[in-house]
Amino acid sequence: MRPLARTVPVPPPEAAQAVEPVEEVRFGGRRLRARALLDVAGRVREAGIAVALALFVLVVAVIEPRFIEPNNLEEILLSVSILAIVAVGQTLVVLTRNIDLSVGSTVGLVAFVCADTLKGSPGTSVVLVVLLGVVLGAGLGVVNGLLVTVGRVPAIVATLGTLYIFRGLDFTIAGGKEVSASDVPDAYLDLATSRVLGIPVLILFAAVVVLIASLALRRMRSGRELYAIGSNPEAARLAGVPSGRLVFLAFVVCGALCGLAGVLWGARFATVDARAATGFELTVVAAVVVGGVNIFGGSGTAIGATLGAILLGTIENALSILKLNPFWLQAIQGAVIIAAVTLDAIVTRRLQRALRRARARR
Amino acid sequence: MSELDHSAPAIELRGVRKSFGGVQAVRGVDLALMPGEIHAVVGENGAGKSTLVRILGGVYRPDEGSVVVEGERVDLHSPANARARGVAVIYQEPALFPDLDVAENIFMGRQPRGRLGIDWREMYREVGELMGSLGVALDPRTPIQGLSVADQQLVEIAKALSLDARVVVMDEPTAALSSRETEQLFRIVKGLRERGVAVLFISHRIEEVFELGDTVTVLRDGEHVITKPAAQLDAAVLIRHMVGRDLGELFPKEHADIGAPLLEVRGLARQGVFEDVSFTLRRGEILGLAGLVGAGRTEVARALFGIDKVDSGEILLEGRPVAIGSPSDAVSAGLAFVPEDRQHQGLVLEMAIERNATLPILRRLTRLGLIQRRRERAVAREYTGRLQVKAAGLDLPATSLSGGNQQKVVLAKWLATDPSLLILDEPTRGIDIGTKAEVHRIVSGLAARGLGILLISSELPEVLAMADRVLVMHEGRITRELGRDEADQEKIMRAATGQDGARAAS
Repeated sequence: MRPLARTVPVPPPEAAQAVEPVEEVRFGGRRLRARALLDVAGRVREAGIAVALALFVLVVAVIEPRFIEPNNLEEILLSVSILAIVAVGQTLVVLTRNIDLSVGSTVGLVAFVCADTLKGSPGTSVVLVVLLGVVLGAGLGVVNGLLVTVGRVPAIVATLGTLYIFRGLDFTIAGGKEVSASDVPDAYLDLATSRVLGIPVLILFAAVVVLIASLALRRMRSGRELYAIGSNPEAARLAGVPSGRLVFLAFVVCGALCGLAGVLWGARFATVDARAATGFELTVVAAVVVGGVNIFGGSGTAIGATLGAILLGTIENALSILKLNPFWLQAIQGAVIIAAVTLDAIVTRRLQRALRRARARR
Repeated sequence: MSELDHSAPAIELRGVRKSFGGVQAVRGVDLALMPGEIHAVVGENGAGKSTLVRILGGVYRPDEGSVVVEGERVDLHSPANARARGVAVIYQEPALFPDLDVAENIFMGRQPRGRLGIDWREMYREVGELMGSLGVALDPRTPIQGLSVADQQLVEIAKALSLDARVVVMDEPTAALSSRETEQLFRIVKGLRERGVAVLFISHRIEEVFELGDTVTVLRDGEHVITKPAAQLDAAVLIRHMVGRDLGELFPKEHADIGAPLLEVRGLARQGVFEDVSFTLRRGEILGLAGLVGAGRTEVARALFGIDKVDSGEILLEGRPVAIGSPSDAVSAGLAFVPEDRQHQGLVLEMAIERNATLPILRRLTRLGLIQRRRERAVAREYTGRLQVKAAGLDLPATSLSGGNQQKVVLAKWLATDPSLLILDEPTRGIDIGTKAEVHRIVSGLAARGLGILLISSELPEVLAMADRVLVMHEGRITRELGRDEADQEKIMRAATGQDGARAAS
């Protein structure tokens, strides 16, 4: 079931006359308040999380000024770069009312294969390894995409299956071995440590991914069609949107981004075994949801998901800097997820009631 | 608009037939829509109007007969295909993307593009112009979920225009509109006519048919009755054509002694849904609740049963005020509700018949929290037997039954709760004639045993045959009350279509 946003019924009668942009409309009557509320609700997800993030940073900074030293802020961004890349991929899938639970396994499998390849033939160019990772990830995405679109297996089931299968593959290939920092060429590890124009490459990778995804989602027809599919699949069909192809594509791109993330994972953590990125899918989904991407599709942005990732990363960093028990990390992450989604549900429900009353008054 | 031949139909249906699982929804209908003409189609619930709309929209393909677009026989095999042929259909529930804005909804998949992808400014400009040409002040940037149904329909109309549609089909566009919104819609529809668009317009409201329609077609039971210029018709003739159906001797009604008041409803209201609903239902009485789809009948039933909250009003059972806040309150108060949609709301289809039959009384069949299978079986056997459910085995899933027998299981399950008041919502919809009579016999027998029965039905013959009294609802209000002796199809239809100006007797 979709939550309320989906079925918001009928609203204010006078709406037909509303021409002015909503910002001005707000000063009008009751109907206009309902409109304005709705409009805020549409944006509140990203704006809200940005505000929450700012407040959190402020509070922690007051308690522990070291928290906002440039070094630490950079460390936070470094720690969420990989998460942000995968969260963007996940966003593409979730927008279409699907989900990819296999992202953690994909990242882990790619990380191991890439690191292992470099161990075996240290001469391989890093560019080639990045390509290998992306292609391998995309290939795993193809499996998910086919299962969901051709096999018509619900995404949550299909990707739960591939979560185990990809991880199993990882164990088969790794066979209990691990690749450590000394096994791979420095050029590979540089991916995670070198800088361009003073900015860590890892952060640049994430920034480029977020930027491209944002543009594609806003500027490409197929980007908009992802929203259409998630917003109302039946209407998308009636509008001639090639839903199957686009959902497939979303899974493939998500897989490719997981592939990129896998290569970077190997470089950043240097030591990779078959357990790399286990459970990562949950953090990714958390970032996406906290970032205001509707888990039932149709709304959300790449920027939002990235903000979600940054908020989670910031909380983690703050807890370690404040030397709190790591138990709190998980509890707080859980609380943040619930708060974000609950708030969303409350806002939409209130809105729905306001609209029904408004209709009755006409 | 391209050059138009105003003497040839823009689209034509010839001898179109369509049936669903043995029920013929449309049987051999001819219909021609002319450019620059508004064609109104009227008929009772189930007359086949919506099926025709879906055939025109490429959602259903006719079993027989043909669709002809501008002289050429075509196969509208998909909605996209119908759209490409210049046919735009506006369904009762607009098919829009609630998360996206007006402009995107109009241009999805066809957005204007510049060097950097979608040119949003250009898109907003074009939609602004489109709205201007319709004389509508609607901001292209408004998200759809903030719009009224009226505005959503305007968006659909704007989309049709942007697609250069030559045929615009509207399925009961005014059902959810206020009178002011309706006026605006009519102004725009007349504008479409001036542009040479062929408009098909379905309405339940007789006065709208005469205000807007150039030509009127009446359908009844899936058959074409007449097509005439509106000028040659009046309301009385139209209603007679709509209802002219034989009563038949299908429904044997047993005599029942009508006793003390069982249920009294006073001033029940749910904002925006129904208002000022008051009536009394006595023991042994079958009270018919007639009206058109969307008149608020099901909503009243849902409120009585505690599914939806009411904003005001009082419910008395046997003279005592009761607060029914949930279906389980309703069940303990002795109410039972057989919903309209038995497949989704009445039964758990994959579950065994016996399990379905005992679902509402499971608690009574348990010992130490565990269900006693033997008692469950016995109860299921008793009630399904009493209603003569024809099943190969009670342990088979409910899907294995025919529609009529499924309905009997739903009835059985509620009878097992030993109710004093039974609410039936369209109890015989989609059931074959033989089983229908059986359901009627059962219902009539229950009334004879002293149950009070609220019978919601869109089939006038059924209401007339079964009910001791008939209440007619129109747009959320009870507009007429008719005794068994005075009720006839035309009186009910007039009240249901809002033709009774006052509530005075005609």
